[in-house]
Amino acid sequence: MSTATEAHGKAIGVPHVRVEGRDKVTGAARYAGEVPFPDLAHGWLVLSTVARGRVRFIDTAPVLGMPGVLAVLHHGNALPVDISWVDPQLGPPDATLGVFQQDLVPYAGWPVALVVAETSEQAREAAEALKVDYDQEAHDVALSYDHPGVYPLVGPLRPATEEKGDLAAELAASDVVVDAEYATGQGHHNPMEPHAVTARWEGDRLEVLDSNQGSPFVANALAQTFSLEPTAVRVRTEHVGGAFGSKSQARTHHVAAAMAARILDRPVRVVLTRRQMFSLTGYRSATIQRIRLGANPEGKLRAVEHRSLCQTSTTYEYVEASTMMTRMMYDADAHHTANLAVRLDVPTPGFMRAPGEAPGSFALECAMDELAEKCGIDPIELRLRNEPERGPISGREYSARNVVACFREGARRFGWAERDPRPGVRREGRWLLGTGTAAATYPMHVMPSSASVTANADATFTVRIAASDLGTGARTALTLAAADALEVAPERVRVEIGDTAFGFAMVAAASAGTRSWVFAIRKAVAQLREQLSQGAAVPPEGVTVMANTFAEAGALHHDDKERHTYGAQFAEVAVDPATGEVRVRRMLGMFAVGQIINPLTARSQFIGGMTWGISMALHEEAALDEATGSLVGADFAGYHISAHADVPAIEADWVDDPDPGDPVGIKGIGEIGNVGAAAAIANAVWHATGVRQRQLPIRPDRVLLATPGA
Amino acid sequence: MREFGYQKAADVSGAVALLDADPEARFLGGGTNLVDLMKTGVERPARLVDVRELPLDRIEVTEDGGLRIGATVTNSDLAIHPEVRRRYPALAQAVLAGASGQLRNMATVGGNLLQRTRCGYFSDVTKACNKRVPGSGCPAIEGEHHNHAILGASQHCVATHPSDMGVALTAFDAVVSYETADGPGELPLADFYLPVGDTPHRETALPAGALITGVTLPSAPVAAHSRYRKVRERASYAFAIGSIAAAIDVQDGVVQDVRLAFGAVASRPWRARVAEQALTGAPADAVSFAAAADAELAAARPLPHNAYKVRLMHNLVVAVLTEMVQEVAR
Amino acid sequence: MAPETSSAVTLNINGEKYTLSVDHRTTLLDALRERLDLTGAKKGCDQGQCGACTVLLDGRRAVSCLQLAVAAEGREITTIEGLAEGDRLHPVQQAFLDLDGYQCGYCTPGQICSAVAVIEEHAAGWPSAVTDDVRPEAGPAPLSAEEIRERMSGNLCRCGAYVAIVEAVGQAAATAADRIGTEEVTAV
Repeated sequence: MSTATEAHGKAIGVPHVRVEGRDKVTGAARYAGEVPFPDLAHGWLVLSTVARGRVRFIDTAPVLGMPGVLAVLHHGNALPVDISWVDPQLGPPDATLGVFQQDLVPYAGWPVALVVAETSEQAREAAEALKVDYDQEAHDVALSYDHPGVYPLVGPLRPATEEKGDLAAELAASDVVVDAEYATGQGHHNPMEPHAVTARWEGDRLEVLDSNQGSPFVANALAQTFSLEPTAVRVRTEHVGGAFGSKSQARTHHVAAAMAARILDRPVRVVLTRRQMFSLTGYRSATIQRIRLGANPEGKLRAVEHRSLCQTSTTYEYVEASTMMTRMMYDADAHHTANLAVRLDVPTPGFMRAPGEAPGSFALECAMDELAEKCGIDPIELRLRNEPERGPISGREYSARNVVACFREGARRFGWAERDPRPGVRREGRWLLGTGTAAATYPMHVMPSSASVTANADATFTVRIAASDLGTGARTALTLAAADALEVAPERVRVEIGDTAFGFAMVAAASAGTRSWVFAIRKAVAQLREQLSQGAAVPPEGVTVMANTFAEAGALHHDDKERHTYGAQFAEVAVDPATGEVRVRRMLGMFAVGQIINPLTARSQFIGGMTWGISMALHEEAALDEATGSLVGADFAGYHISAHADVPAIEADWVDDPDPGDPVGIKGIGEIGNVGAAAAIANAVWHATGVRQRQLPIRPDRVLLATPGA
Repeated sequence: MREFGYQKAADVSGAVALLDADPEARFLGGGTNLVDLMKTGVERPARLVDVRELPLDRIEVTEDGGLRIGATVTNSDLAIHPEVRRRYPALAQAVLAGASGQLRNMATVGGNLLQRTRCGYFSDVTKACNKRVPGSGCPAIEGEHHNHAILGASQHCVATHPSDMGVALTAFDAVVSYETADGPGELPLADFYLPVGDTPHRETALPAGALITGVTLPSAPVAAHSRYRKVRERASYAFAIGSIAAAIDVQDGVVQDVRLAFGAVASRPWRARVAEQALTGAPADAVSFAAAADAELAAARPLPHNAYKVRLMHNLVVAVLTEMVQEVAR
Repeated sequence: MAPETSSAVTLNINGEKYTLSVDHRTTLLDALRERLDLTGAKKGCDQGQCGACTVLLDGRRAVSCLQLAVAAEGREITTIEGLAEGDRLHPVQQAFLDLDGYQCGYCTPGQICSAVAVIEEHAAGWPSAVTDDVRPEAGPAPLSAEEIRERMSGNLCRCGAYVAIVEAVGQAAATAADRIGTEEVTAV
């Protein structure tokens, strides 16, 4: 039977509109909070208004007397839950899952109560009326290298620090040195669909309708937390209104809804407000990054140092591992990287689109641009001169590394050759114009998954896998990949996703979802075709084969290759030095990402990531009020994301990226569009103005203050 | 949100009577600010009197060539009206620069003048704010204030007025008409907003229970050559960090008449009268414009994180006036 | 005397009349989603800051999260569910589908309702914040990509589908102009 790499059919590589597209453009697609339930009750969370302390008293009596109010859950009356478990992939849960288990308040916006009422209006009014008294303690929320608690925090998969060579000696021997500090703002995922969950118990079975990136992960967390058999929890997620990492795991609202549904013995829905999402769903920590590069006059690196500081909470360790890209991108005789963290009285940060690489690429790729300037070398040429043979730290070979092809093709299309390298020389009316570039990369992962394929008696096929489509186009991509594996037209394949009844599957995260799911589907298809090839007719109930890649994925995960995707980002900006306004005029991204399944939706994903780059470069930054230890302006008016008017024509395309050693051939594309995009924009701002902007977002006030004589 | 009563007003006197009878009642126009503030708990009215359908939705040219604009005219209808665009283009531009197409279709002229600050402390009931809870303090002064006031603020409040429309109306000497149970009244926009002082919660000079019925713009030939420029932290759908409404008439290189008003720098739309006086009769060149801007901004008292606004407003005055003069010269 | 805090209202939605009793606090958005099972309009922020809840009121776009249901009586309400004619998609819907003008789909109904209105507003000669000369004598500006972006800016999209949305709106506008045969439209 055919194996995965041989399964090239007709559907992959041809643009296909999304299989659920019609439902999405007509409003028929139902998201988690939109499915009617008889006897539904509405829960509204109450969050702490102090950043550290204890709940002294919750005055529930007046609220319980308000119209429609059914219950007020808090630490004095909550069901006991267990959070001492450890998830094999994600590790121990954040203490936030221990909903209402203690009176301790570890940060502002910590859940202290859930008010449940017959209608959402009643629940909201009662939640706002609930009086909570605190014993307040002094809080500590300021991120700084001077904080005594700064420590090297072990990131996912890799050590906190990596050091080779004598950094001081190589820097001292370098003809050209860049030594700069870069900072990125605190980012919030803000998917358009707020987190929503409906929980219902049938005896000791828990049914959950959810908006998440991986139902199996949410189900496992709920089963463990409520001490249930894994099979006693069923979680379903059909359409997901964006996630970007924020819906990758069980959170407060899941546990609160399940607890309330248990106590009231009726279905309970909890939908977060936009403001609540800022403290309950993770975020990207601000980073302060120091980079030192040493090079010879030709730009060949001798020394690389990258240290990045982020914050985490007192309840959980999460590190924004911003130096990971540096470890595999450029080599030098001395190569030191460190991911540092400090525990503060703040909500726990978490994975957010291109975690680590997004802020890390900003610092690294801006520093490379500064080095190019100091050496008097074109920034692309500088990168070509520093292409490594092997992983700088790992010493491993690259399975495929086509970043040079991305730069060459991108430069040709962008018109890079005509660029005047001098900064501050192009003007058009009130605008100064500049262009910039940056490299992009993101690691490839593949994770164990299981899938089933059914040959139906009517000559159609049904694929079932607990995948999630967050808007990535996964449902469509899996349809096309399954069709090609089956060697049938996609119209004959139906893919069902999001249901834990389909078995375990990789969470839609880390650009590894589609890659992992296709791996499992192809294996199931191969086994099905072998079974069908024996010639028996398909019975009325169909023929179903279930397969998993637990062994194969594990082997690939631990092999001896550096496996990554690559890209080259280009941006042109206009800067008004009189007002500090920055506008992106055009962008181009060229990517080396293996085989593209659906060019229509792949283009959308790359451009979406690049749009995130604009947003990160120019707009996104949560404002912390140090006095209260909480955010100010935590909504879409106070926390800006790019709007239509900020986003110009963006072109995204890909180069050939053969990777014969890879058994899947399909690589992830969810993050890489975001990597390097902000650096390309920041480098273009320098080219326009002659002034380096090392702090994101590049707000008008920062441009104005940095521009002499403006 | 608190439970509340709701009534549609049949006519202006009925609306005023309904409000007069209930001190916890509020008028509801487009609702784009009031309903939002009710959701966040800043406003908790016991009754809403819906005035959106009152017959105050007309725009008429007055005998002297000015405009009379009804209070329930929507922002969109104001911005698309040919006489507004012809006689006061800066007003149309200011309205179009505000909010979004959806919100402009809902919001009304009367409501726009009465909208509340977008200071993040004001709209968060878990935080102190002298405007919302008098005497509770102004945490913005020591905290997040990079988009707060540099002119006319006090130690009790540094919030800005968010209106774009109001900046243009201020430049063109608008007069607000209102109705109370005791009869009609008028207030020039210059006197409409109260100084901040130690009473930031008292924002306008409108008598209690008054219903704004309209705004009158006197004839201003200079306004036919006017412009609104807004600087914000994203290209659209954001409040200003600095804006300017400008009109200028130049003869033989000398400024004959000029109007300047600033947005997002004070608790009210800021009429730059010092700059106007400095410019009138002066050469229409960048040197004069810069000197006039500096004269106006001499009164600025910036905080640590909003000092950039002084430079921003200076630059805007010079850039916009220079651009307008050059256009006429061409 | 404490006022009544709920009322019976009749709402005219997509050409059909619905009579229901509403808590005065109920927004049009919540009435649609939680009372009438019309869940196409989305709740993204509930504060008028994202546009996901956009519907048409008397033919004009509005955010339904800031519109009280009780105050919507007597108005003609059109939601995303009311745009297609049977199985035939509205040209704006078709363009979004064909050009992949969406990803997660959550902001999409609002984007589409907004786009329908944008095309009509432009055809009616409405200027925008990026229109160079707003004076009526200047005549209408072509519906360039820049004009579309400005006019659509009240609809946030977090997936970053703006580029394809602008292409879709441009294509739908061109189709509409072809049909009418009078409007000048610049291809995007």
